[in-house]
Amino acid sequence: MENEAGALSRVAGLFSARGYNIESLTVAPTEDPSLSRMTLVTRGTDEVIEQITKQLNKLIDVVKLMDMTEGPHIEREMMLVKVQALGERRNELKRISDIFRGRIIDVTDETYTIELTGAGDKLDAFLHALDKGIIVEVVRSGVSGIARGDRSLVL
Amino acid sequence: MELTGADIFVRSLKEEGVEYIFGYPGGAVLHIYDALYRQEDVQHILVRHEQAATHAADGYARSTGKPGVVIVTSGPGATNAVTGIATAFMDSIPMVVFTGQVPTHLIGNDAFQEADNIGITRPCVKHNFLVKDVSRIAETIKKAFYVATTGRPGPVVVDIPKDITAEKAEFSYPDKVSMRSYNPVHVGHAGQIKRAVKLMRGARRPILYTGGGVILGEASDTLTELARVMNFPVTNTLMGLGAYPATDPLFVGMLGMHGTYEANMAMHHCDVLIAVGARFDDRVTGHIEKFCPNAKIIHIDIDPASISKNVKVDVPIVGCVGNVLKVMLDEIKSHDVQADAAALRDWWQQIDEWRSKDCLKFDRDSEVIKPQFVLETLYRLTEGDAFVTSDVGQHQMWAAQFYKFDLPRRWINSGGLGTMGFGLPAAMGVQLAHPGATVACVTGEGSIQMCIQELSTCKQYSLPIKIINLNNGYLGMVRQWQEFFYQKRYAMSYMESLPDFVKLAESYGHVGMQITRPGDVEGALIEMLKLKDRLVFMDFLTDKEENVYPMIPAGGGQNEMILV
Repeated sequence: MENEAGALSRVAGLFSARGYNIESLTVAPTEDPSLSRMTLVTRGTDEVIEQITKQLNKLIDVVKLMDMTEGPHIEREMMLVKVQALGERRNELKRISDIFRGRIIDVTDETYTIELTGAGDKLDAFLHALDKGIIVEVVRSGVSGIARGDRSLVL
Repeated sequence: MELTGADIFVRSLKEEGVEYIFGYPGGAVLHIYDALYRQEDVQHILVRHEQAATHAADGYARSTGKPGVVIVTSGPGATNAVTGIATAFMDSIPMVVFTGQVPTHLIGNDAFQEADNIGITRPCVKHNFLVKDVSRIAETIKKAFYVATTGRPGPVVVDIPKDITAEKAEFSYPDKVSMRSYNPVHVGHAGQIKRAVKLMRGARRPILYTGGGVILGEASDTLTELARVMNFPVTNTLMGLGAYPATDPLFVGMLGMHGTYEANMAMHHCDVLIAVGARFDDRVTGHIEKFCPNAKIIHIDIDPASISKNVKVDVPIVGCVGNVLKVMLDEIKSHDVQADAAALRDWWQQIDEWRSKDCLKFDRDSEVIKPQFVLETLYRLTEGDAFVTSDVGQHQMWAAQFYKFDLPRRWINSGGLGTMGFGLPAAMGVQLAHPGATVACVTGEGSIQMCIQELSTCKQYSLPIKIINLNNGYLGMVRQWQEFFYQKRYAMSYMESLPDFVKLAESYGHVGMQITRPGDVEGALIEMLKLKDRLVFMDFLTDKEENVYPMIPAGGGQNEMILV
């Protein structure tokens, strides 16, 4: 979409005005500074998705749109988790983090901050594996998506 | 040469061929008003409320096909304009609305008369722009007109901070603009058109259901020819009236909630439905599950998002209605396509049987004035040649039913948003665009009071509008629903303390007449039409509890009409 003030609010406004749900949304400028790329995750019947697609295409700030789920694609989400890390638990947390290919990126006497990237369900599984009581803070980026193979979303 | 932003603004309007700009001045647009003062190419029409500016521009646009243009100041000027912008948006009317904005450095500061115009109008415009640099004014105006008038038309808002209009820049107006993310489709898919024609050839009970898109797409002649070549019945939506000549034998009347019995029955029983520039609005379909149960549906529309939005269609054709119909007609003619003549004969016989119900009948011996009679007489006396604007409610439906429009752009009403207060200001725009024409504003005592202040504007610009006020003392459509569905509990639908409309009209410098007896209706209308250069306010005291029939109650199917 056009990298312009207000473009994001047009998309968000469309979803709220027409009663569609946004599960997650990520947006950032691309290598072409006049363009932003947005990945939006939503849910609906085929008819609803078709209507969402058409309505988004009508927005003048939307330059090109692709339904990732129409073909093989990669979804990635980044998560930062701050956990209580005391005594025995420090080793345990390091092991779990390694199993999920997470990285401990900040350490204090009492906490670890773990960075984890993957599909949403992997991040969910990681959180599930942690003892609920020790989670201090969770930040998730929302999903970024890209098509596999030759298929690409470019102008 | 370097010009100020305000002068660039005015020069750009001139380049766009703007005749009239409807507006109301205020602090944020003073530079622009000064620039308007110093030229004569663009005439400014001063309304009495910003809502009326947008409706007047809208009426101008609907009656000419050219974009309506509005200027209002920041804050309340812009918020007052929103109703008119939303009205135009719902009916896809091309309009460019300029809103003043506080100076750039004060934006977001809760400055005096500041409102987030871009944010407020975003859901009811085709697009909007905030101009942040004087050198972008001309290009932005070009884009605004381009977006408003192409594809599915609609209102575009351009928000201009005050400081930008004082700064200077080199003026050159672009010949054309292109926007990489905006490329409206013109031509329909050839294969789809062939599929549609094949369906039409096999049709036994076809009907053309045509809407405002035919008028917006200037496709009335092509539609008329197509219908006649195929001998198919045609029904128009409220927005489509005039798209097909109402006096033509193939025309079965308006469809929908207050459509004719024959139109709705034909829709319900059709086997091939050809929807042209119409959007399957809930007032048309009735209960969506019961809509056209046996029909294969062809849908021609310029907006892909309108297709299969409410009703799943079999043959979608995205494209400009005019182009698509032309290609379709060529295909039909070159292959001498004809539908089954015997089947059509049976179909027409059935339709004539439905017609014989005479669903629009009303009591002609009534002691009190029947609103239908007023409109029927107006139609007869103006020989169907007036521009008719309306407000919203019972009078709107009666006008749609009883004034037979043979030409497009003659019937001007707020169909989608249903905006009371639309009729009088819209008539001002129509009258300015067509100075010699008879422009009648059909209204009621409820609606007219929502923009009554415009009687003053009409005086200032000598607009000889004929106001047909069907005064039953009730918010008639509300009352009708309360009678049908709320056991006659008439909550707030009766208006006490109505003004004396005759004196009111006179105090604004116009002519007023009150008509109370059926026998006086015709004579009064004749007298009204003789007053060619005066605004005449005709206050008809009509039957208080007349209802609009037929009616498909909410949740009903098209074949489940309440008849008189």
